[in-house]
Amino acid sequence: MKRLVLILMLLASPLAAVQPDEMLEDPALEARARELSRGLRCLVCRNESIDESNASLARDLRILLRERLQAGDTDAEAVDFIVQRYGEYVLLRPEVTGANWLLWGAGPLMLLIAGGVGFVYLRGRSRATQTGETPLSPEEEARLREILKD
Amino acid sequence: MAGGPAPPYNQGMITELGHFALILASAVAIVQMIVPLIGAQKRWPGWMAVAEPAAGAQFALTALSFGALMWAFINSDFSLKLVVENSHSAKPMLYKISGTWGNHEGSMLLWVLILTLFGAMAAWFGGNLPPSLRARVLSVQSAIAVAFFAFIIFTSNPFLRLETPPFDGRDLNPLLQDPGLAFHPPFLYLGYVGLSMAFSFAVAALIEGRVDAAWGRWVRPWTLAAWIFLTIGIALGSWWAYYELGWGGFWFWDPVENASFMPWLLAAALLHSAIVVEKRESLKSWTILLAILAFGFSLIGTFIVRSGLLTSVHAFANDPERGVFILAIMAFFMGGALILFTLRAGTMEAKGVFGLVSRESALVVNNLLLAVACFVVFVGTMWPLLAEMFFDRKLSVGPPFFNAAFTPFMVLLGLILPVGSVLPWKRARIARAVRPLRYAFVLALAVGGLAWTMQSGRSLLGPMGLFLGAWLVAGVVVELAQRTGRGAGRWARLRRLPRADWGKAVAHAGLGVTMAGIAGLTAWTQDDIRVAQIGQPWDVGGYTLTLNEVNEIRGPNYQSTQADVTLSRDGSVISQLKPEKRFYPVARMPTTEAAIDYNLARDVYVVIGDQQDNGGWTVRVYVKPLTNWIWIGCGLMALGGLLSLSDRRFRVAAGARKTRATPVPAE
Repeated sequence: MKRLVLILMLLASPLAAVQPDEMLEDPALEARARELSRGLRCLVCRNESIDESNASLARDLRILLRERLQAGDTDAEAVDFIVQRYGEYVLLRPEVTGANWLLWGAGPLMLLIAGGVGFVYLRGRSRATQTGETPLSPEEEARLREILKD
Repeated sequence: MAGGPAPPYNQGMITELGHFALILASAVAIVQMIVPLIGAQKRWPGWMAVAEPAAGAQFALTALSFGALMWAFINSDFSLKLVVENSHSAKPMLYKISGTWGNHEGSMLLWVLILTLFGAMAAWFGGNLPPSLRARVLSVQSAIAVAFFAFIIFTSNPFLRLETPPFDGRDLNPLLQDPGLAFHPPFLYLGYVGLSMAFSFAVAALIEGRVDAAWGRWVRPWTLAAWIFLTIGIALGSWWAYYELGWGGFWFWDPVENASFMPWLLAAALLHSAIVVEKRESLKSWTILLAILAFGFSLIGTFIVRSGLLTSVHAFANDPERGVFILAIMAFFMGGALILFTLRAGTMEAKGVFGLVSRESALVVNNLLLAVACFVVFVGTMWPLLAEMFFDRKLSVGPPFFNAAFTPFMVLLGLILPVGSVLPWKRARIARAVRPLRYAFVLALAVGGLAWTMQSGRSLLGPMGLFLGAWLVAGVVVELAQRTGRGAGRWARLRRLPRADWGKAVAHAGLGVTMAGIAGLTAWTQDDIRVAQIGQPWDVGGYTLTLNEVNEIRGPNYQSTQADVTLSRDGSVISQLKPEKRFYPVARMPTTEAAIDYNLARDVYVVIGDQQDNGGWTVRVYVKPLTNWIWIGCGLMALGGLLSLSDRRFRVAAGARKTRATPVPAE
């Protein structure tokens, strides 16, 4: 039984995130690699970056990224290299191109619209005079007072 | 069954009773949906009165059904398909119990159990509501229940049996076998479903055609309760992710997390706008819309989690039939409510008049920021789907997007909060109102500046977070000082402040503490990854660590590789840490159990990895400043909500017997 468990453990054992053997000698280069890999998605995971992921595919990508950096690529070149092979799906931060303007612009645009509507409403309130809605009947007024009484 | 004491035979009856109770509950729900609604329309008191006992019966029957399912899990009744798929006889009792809701079918049953619980509470404590409003609220609440009973019975029945029960089950997903996660779903559901009350009140008010100050006061305790539960649920989930997933992330902007966060944001907005309805009879139609949308986002959350449409760590179900069913439920309730809203919103004229600079305006800005922030999260969550459907682009929207697009709204919110909260109602002079805040502002600047000079990098994140934290907490202190005036009686006056005011103060301070914690953790985490040899110490962020030994140990339903690590600083030992790597043979899944040395200033987080060829072990160490502030802040927010909820004004509104009125300082 114990041997079976051990075999299973070996089979299922995760290659937990960044491994010491992947890390580059040069601390500056390694720091760049870590930073870049935080923005790259592990393809078989869910919203996890390759820096955090345990999957073996993520490990391959980490090693690939480090190879490019060692070969002298700039950050942008190294990321482009990976995007060309795996598509923009690997970018955790979507590029600001084409339809993605909608994504990036959604918040500011909505804030402008909502801010405009809010301002018009507030100005209306500050200029309005007391307008009544359907007046309450005397019993209702009494009941409301009862309920709201502190 | 004279045959013997074999559990499955004895339990068969209980399981069938549970199944029967579920069907009976749905029948009661149908009656409760129809009869009181007609009664309220025709002004027939007898028909309206049906709602109250029906709500109680519905809850009792659902509770019976849920209890039967839990009974089956506790006793490992492997004649139930669900128990086989999600339990194991060797599993610890806590997880047998939590296994009841650690799966799709059981969690949906918990969902309706909570739904009917809220309905029953509205029936029991709603004595003060006008009878027609109460009948309509309970009828709408029951309509939601009918939809979800149908969903459970037709697509997700937990009581399906197996012809030949196996000897043992397949165990619960080991990631879910954890105290933090055992109670995370019930709290989240209490929050999600609690918002159904706000929805029911909103729809009932639309049918009734009237929203007044009393409505604002009635809807607020329910929203507040839902928000408190959501706060606790989200905090538990985030804490769980922090210690369980093995690298100390606390928030991933995963669709399922977003699904719980969006209702939280809207519930927070709703809490604040309902105050304006209650005190100033303004913002009525907006508040109604928020109540509808807040529950709408709860349904979207349920849909996202249950359909697996946007796959993520939490999705247990990947069944399109279920997804379509929930989508139909969502379309019906949101569509119906929004049509009703467009028909009726025009009749709800605002009464209160107020200046551009006033508490009302500040609360409008609060609502704007929270609602737009929620919108950003929503767009970000749905964008991968939309981009693929309409633009044929397969892309990801990950944490970098949300951090960039969402954070500014929270920074803005934090900046204006203390100002808004000291502004008087109706009309204010900004200069006069904010003058007392200058001490808080200077203090916050000093704290931020100190953080800036003490950090090594040039990042603004950490200093900004500490500035906001100090600004919010100091703002609260200034406000309390303002409220109680000068002189001898201050302490007595402070003690006599209404609970709602204390709630506000504590919750706002909690938000500040959480913001500071998030910024500190994100900006100043240090990490170290290495192959450690037994007995050789190494340094990380001012601490010294030594790997003493690594042992194989055996747990109840797992195997574990456990390391023993000594954490010390300047030669004195701080603690012995025992990080583990577990393997669950039945579920065939490994998990990491990080060992964490907690304190207020920082966490030291240690993870053990695999053994290397040279005999050393991979060890990861993170030093994470201010981490616990995140959850302490969440705790304070929830506590603030509770204090507010216990305010006697709500108890009066909720229908408790009128108590002797004690004078309280007017706001």
